[in-house]
Amino acid sequence: MSDVYIARSTAIAARMLGGEMMVMSAVDSTFFTLNEVATVIWQAADGRTPLRQIVAESVCSQFDVDPETAQRDAESFVTELSQHRILIVSAGPIDSPRSGPVEAA
Amino acid sequence: MSLLRAMNERAQELGIPLGVHLDVTYRCNERCVHCYLDHDDHGELTTAEIKDILEQLAEAGTFFLTLSGGEVLMRRDFFEILEYARKLLFNVRIKTNGVMIRETEACRMRDLGVEQVQVSIYSHRAEVHDAITKLPGSLQRSLEAIRLLRSCGLKVAIANVLMTANMDEHAAVRALAGELDATYTLDPTITPKIDGDTAILRFRIPQAALDSVFHNPDLVGNVEEFCAPPPPPNDDVMEGYPCSAGHTAAYITPYGDVFPCVQFPLPTGNLRRQSFLEIWRNSPQLREVRSIRAKDLPVCSSCAHVGTCSRCPGLAYMEGNMRGPSTADCEKSFARTGIASANMLLRGRSGSQASLVQIRPLAS
Repeated sequence: MSDVYIARSTAIAARMLGGEMMVMSAVDSTFFTLNEVATVIWQAADGRTPLRQIVAESVCSQFDVDPETAQRDAESFVTELSQHRILIVSAGPIDSPRSGPVEAA
Repeated sequence: MSLLRAMNERAQELGIPLGVHLDVTYRCNERCVHCYLDHDDHGELTTAEIKDILEQLAEAGTFFLTLSGGEVLMRRDFFEILEYARKLLFNVRIKTNGVMIRETEACRMRDLGVEQVQVSIYSHRAEVHDAITKLPGSLQRSLEAIRLLRSCGLKVAIANVLMTANMDEHAAVRALAGELDATYTLDPTITPKIDGDTAILRFRIPQAALDSVFHNPDLVGNVEEFCAPPPPPNDDVMEGYPCSAGHTAAYITPYGDVFPCVQFPLPTGNLRRQSFLEIWRNSPQLREVRSIRAKDLPVCSSCAHVGTCSRCPGLAYMEGNMRGPSTADCEKSFARTGIASANMLLRGRSGSQASLVQIRPLAS
């Protein structure tokens, strides 16, 4: 996957629950819980930051993982969520990304 | 275990109100004969107040938000509220009669990412449906709304409340749901009015009709399994909670009153005077609700149905004791299995209704 930009779809619901991100598609009611790493990628999916930069700056800096493995896993994650239209993937920056989910108090 | 069930269990462990039902108004353009609400406006929450409540709910961890009424579209600011709720990334379901939904409204709901719209349909025949809603032409308009919503790609559920006036219509309504590519849900429960008035209980379907519903494979699936005698309760059952009300679910009225559930009018606080989390975490009433286990129920703990009954603590509360039996659910258990509940045996199956508590909202 060449470098891509990712943004959260507008047709999703999301909330942090006990440290895990719950995401549900309004399109097909598919429901996901994201682990810590996936949550970091999802939260950074602002449509303006390339995936490679998200992996380098947000994932590799916070988790003990080598950059190549992290990039490969991130691409796999992005592909899966884009198939359910939870993430929008584009070769260029994406306008009007959604604000992030509110974290439970 | 499904992800949703795991999520519910996690929310229960963490004390998070995962699902909230918010009635944005009690005003309505229909006057359904069985409705439990008072449709006058006694000082509804303003747009700003509702937005603030939505922010509080998001911070409290609420994920599933049901927007209902009354008729939600009686509020001119409904789409502003909906847009704000979706901006906060709630999973939003809307309950409506659909009468005010045209193409613009349907498309807007779709564009805002609404998960599902539930529309009440009582009969496939206008003379029956419109007689229940007391709004001429309402069936035609509700069905047109369903078609528009479906054509926009929205998921639609038809809610079919059964009462004496339409108890023979459910098969046709179910078929209609199939034609419209909508899901179908049937509810044979008529609840007392929110002010405690029981007059509308006369619309409840008779026991024989309830028996028929519960032995209809089209409605319940495997009848033998659904109507099987209850197994003896084990420790898990006796230590279990009655339902999600007050545990992971809450209800908010158009006046900011917080209840454990839409069917459980136990006042726990008002959002014009307290924050949601203050009520949710500290209300003595909610703490009491959460403290109740099946083993604590004075009559039901000795009932054969204790592990399988749909006992609603809200209906029990309206009968005078949240730890007591809910007569409507006793009747359902009896209709399913033919085995009388402990409550029915105590009363000699008299079927007499307990006097209901009078419920008043906290807001003046």
